[in-house]
Amino acid sequence: MKRTLLHNVCILLGSTLSAVVLLPADASAHLVTTGMGPVYDGIGHLLLTPEDLVPALAVALYAGLRGRVPGKRALFFFPVAWLIGGFIGLAANTIPAFPVSAFSFILVGILIAADLRLPSSVFTVLAITVGIMHGFFNGIALKAGPAGLGLLGIMAALFVLVAIVSAFVISLKPPWTRIAVRVAGSWVAAMGLLMIGWFFRGQA
Amino acid sequence: MKNYPGRINLSIYLSAWALLLLWASPALAHVEQGQAVGFITGLEHPWSGLDHVLAMIAVGIWGAQLGNPALWILPVTFPMVMSLGAMMGLLGIPLPGIEIGIAVSAILLGVMVLGEIRPKLYIAAVMVGFFAIFHGHAHGTELPAGQSGLLYSMGFVIATGVLHGIGILIGTIHRWPAGKMALRGAGAFIAVMGVIFLWQAVT
Repeated sequence: MKRTLLHNVCILLGSTLSAVVLLPADASAHLVTTGMGPVYDGIGHLLLTPEDLVPALAVALYAGLRGRVPGKRALFFFPVAWLIGGFIGLAANTIPAFPVSAFSFILVGILIAADLRLPSSVFTVLAITVGIMHGFFNGIALKAGPAGLGLLGIMAALFVLVAIVSAFVISLKPPWTRIAVRVAGSWVAAMGLLMIGWFFRGQA
Repeated sequence: MKNYPGRINLSIYLSAWALLLLWASPALAHVEQGQAVGFITGLEHPWSGLDHVLAMIAVGIWGAQLGNPALWILPVTFPMVMSLGAMMGLLGIPLPGIEIGIAVSAILLGVMVLGEIRPKLYIAAVMVGFFAIFHGHAHGTELPAGQSGLLYSMGFVIATGVLHGIGILIGTIHRWPAGKMALRGAGAFIAVMGVIFLWQAVT
C-alpha cells in the first residue's frame, strides 16, 4: 500500500514538474528585420537574442578551454545541430513557457567555471543537445519570418562565432586569462539561475 | 484485465500532462520595448549602492591578498551564490535582516583586508558565499516594471563582476610594501563604512 502511495506521489510530482517545464506559452515572436533579406534577419535574431547568444558563446568558451579536438568538434556539430533543431522547430507550434534555455546557461556555465574536463564524446553530445534545443526555439520564432533561410544564416553565424571564440580561448596562454574565462562562466550560470527566478516571478 | 488504482491515477496524470503539452497558443507578434533599458538598469544598479560597491571591491582585494586559488575562487563563488540569493527573493522567500547582513559583510570583509587574514580557502569561500546571499536578495530583484528580467540580471551580474575585477586590480599593489599598507588602509575604510551602514540599518 505504502509503495503504491509513494509511487503515486512520485508520478504526481513528476507530472507537475513536467507540466510546469513544458507548459506551452504564446510563441511571441519578436523578429529582427534588417532589410537585407532572411539570412541576415536570422543572424540579427541570434545576435539580439541573449537567451540564444549567451549559451552559444558559452559552448564556444568551453570548447576553447578544452582544447583543439573539442573545439573542432564544436565548430562543426554545434551549428549543424542548431540547424536540425531549427528545422524541427519550424514544424512545431508551441514553446514551453518555462525558460528551458536556463538549463544550458547553468550547465555550460558551471562546466566553464569549474573547468571540468569532460571526455570529448560527452562534450560533443552536450554541444549537440544544446544546439538542437536552442535551434528548436529559433525555428519556432523564425517560422513567421525568415524561416529556413534565417536558420541557415544563424548556422553560418554560429560557425564563425564558435571558430573565433574557441580559437581565441585556445590561444590564451597566461593563467589569468583562463581564470577570466572561468569567471565569465560563473556569470553565465548565475544568469541561468536568475532566469528561472524571473520565470516564477512572472517577469522573464 | 485487472484495474489497479495506481494505474488509473497514472492514466489521469499522463492525460493531464499530454493535454497541457498539446495546448496550442497563437503566435503573437509584438514590438519589443525596454529590453536594452533592462540591461543598462542592471549594469547601473550595483554602482548605485555604496554598500554593495565596497563589499564587492573588498572581495576582490581580499582575493588578491590571498593569492591563487582564492584570487579566482572568491569572484567565481560570489555571483553564483548571489544569484541563488536573488532567486530566493524572486520566489518570495523572505530573508530577515538583509540590510544588517550587507552592512556586516562590509565590516567583516573590511576587517579581513585590514588584517590580511588568511583563513582556509573553504572558510573564505563560505564566508563570501554567505554574504552573497544577502547582496543578491537585496539587489538582484529590483527590476523596474516593463524591463527584461534576463537582461537586468545580465547587467547586474556583469557589473558585480567588474567591481570584483576593480578590487583585484587594486589588490595587485599588494606586491609592494607601501601597497600592502594602502590595502590595509582601504580595508579599515571599508570596515568603518560597514559600521556606518550597520548603524543606519538598525536605527
